[in-house]
Amino acid sequence: MSTASYQPLAGSSGRAARRRRWGKVMEGLATLAAIVAIAVLAIVIISVAKKGLPALNVDLFTQVTSTFGIPGQGGGIKNAIIGTVIMTAIATAISVPLGVLLAIFSSEFAPARLALIIRITLNVLAGVPTIVIGVFVFGLLVVGNGYSAYAAGVALSIVQLPVVARSTEEVLLLVPHSLREAGMALGASRARTVLTVILPTAVGGIVTATIVAVARAAGETAPLLFTTGIFANAVVTDPTKPMASIPLVIFQGSESPSAHDQEVAWAAALVLLVGVLIGSSVGRLLSLRSRRRIEQTR
Amino acid sequence: MSETIRPEGTPPMTDQPDQTAAGNSPDPPPEVASARPTTQLGELAGGHDDDPTVGHPTVFELENVSVSYSGMVAIRDVDMDIHCNLVTAFIGPSGCGKTTLLRSLNRLNDLIPGAAVEGRVSYRSEDLYGADIDAVEVRRRIGMVFQRPNPFPKSIYDNVAYGLRLHGMKDDLDGRVERALRHAVLWDEVKDRLKASGLSLSGGQQQRLCIARALAIEPDVILMDEPASALDPISTQSIEDLVEQLKAEYSIIIVTHNMQQAARVADVTAFFSVDVAEDGSRSGVLVEQGPTSKLFIRPSDPRTEAYVTGRFG
Repeated sequence: MSTASYQPLAGSSGRAARRRRWGKVMEGLATLAAIVAIAVLAIVIISVAKKGLPALNVDLFTQVTSTFGIPGQGGGIKNAIIGTVIMTAIATAISVPLGVLLAIFSSEFAPARLALIIRITLNVLAGVPTIVIGVFVFGLLVVGNGYSAYAAGVALSIVQLPVVARSTEEVLLLVPHSLREAGMALGASRARTVLTVILPTAVGGIVTATIVAVARAAGETAPLLFTTGIFANAVVTDPTKPMASIPLVIFQGSESPSAHDQEVAWAAALVLLVGVLIGSSVGRLLSLRSRRRIEQTR
Repeated sequence: MSETIRPEGTPPMTDQPDQTAAGNSPDPPPEVASARPTTQLGELAGGHDDDPTVGHPTVFELENVSVSYSGMVAIRDVDMDIHCNLVTAFIGPSGCGKTTLLRSLNRLNDLIPGAAVEGRVSYRSEDLYGADIDAVEVRRRIGMVFQRPNPFPKSIYDNVAYGLRLHGMKDDLDGRVERALRHAVLWDEVKDRLKASGLSLSGGQQQRLCIARALAIEPDVILMDEPASALDPISTQSIEDLVEQLKAEYSIIIVTHNMQQAARVADVTAFFSVDVAEDGSRSGVLVEQGPTSKLFIRPSDPRTEAYVTGRFG
């Protein structure tokens, strides 16, 4: 560039100014989208807290649900909490071993094409409406046997399975190939390398996947509608019997004409929300930690 | 001749034959340094009196070896002998298949879908790819150190003990771990923190930990795939010193991009190059191999000369 045609940097052309304006606009839109996403969560938490807090008391955890919304008779969700815990535990006991094994198979042993098919299948399964899963388990286990916590556990485990398998596989694939080679170069078989090198390296990620799956199952409603009764007011611990659950108490209470039931539903919603939020936050934090740990090995 | 540090129990070095090559050639190795029973007599490659392979039986004999990945030939028609208790270097430009060839020597290529080895790889007169050969046992006897240090995310102790536990060598585990770490000249640096993570070490220390891990299970051969290429010069020096010491007990094959490194550590050097066929397909070929001093000073192939003098690659 000759000195004659040199233009000073300051006071640049209109084009540059236009580009800068556009940049500002797009930045603003992106920021707005981020704010909306956070605001939605904040509004949900605030409104549930506002309506749920007044009904949050010791009775909520020590009493069973009331039958006809009469104050003084029951008025808690003890049976629902116990039911949700047991059914989620059944589901997790099924989905975690299955999901982890599936992830190990697809990331370590399956040929590339089969691994891809498994991955696509899991994605499809994750997208199946949960009410369809409920109907499926209804036809499979409930018809002829009646409602049971087992059936609900199976339905919830189908919801959990893709969550566990996909996140576990993601973590297993993060484990660098060099560690697999290191194990095998020392004379370990493939299976032995998976057991003694890959899994210990990825265990943080698997715990995370489990926690996130638990949080997911605890909040599911639709699979329960078809598999366990919505009128189970007593504390039940026998898994062959239907159990109450927090999501269905919320569902029931919100439909109830009794103001008391509605209050209890809000309180139950708050309990569920806090539980799920804590679960998924802990899960995400652990996930970050384990990812960092794996990245060190790269 | 220089004093090399020898582990206890190895026989003293015998007198060396006169060196005829120019002054910067590496120290010729001892005539018989192996404590192991020798299975067959070494061949005299050319019969030069400075031939470092004199008195060293072969550990690998490659006949017409080609390695391909899903039909793409990475290296072809390699005929070579590799001798015991010497350092053999594979040098050559990128893509010449030297790492591929190295990985076919402990059957690590088995792990890559589509990889196929043709020809015959004999290890101490046995067909390495024979039907009754267990790849796991192959890898116990033929250890490997990789380009980038890859310690397990376990403690220093557990890194070394991993292979020992794997192969049931659990008697005197502490002693074996200590010996391996001493052997890899890492013991003094880590003896007070054996429970610390292997990943807490520096790059050079990590690589020596990986060498200790390989040594612990008492291999016969150690394959090294550019073991110092990810390290700083000082760590590189320590790895090279280590290689020099280890050859008294082990046969070492080292792939390197660094010709000075080959000149410093290798007794025998094999030069590989890329051959471009008429249809444009590329594959690696062995151009020549011989005593390192000869290869660097009097190469017999113009391609070798061009490479070692820096005119190519």
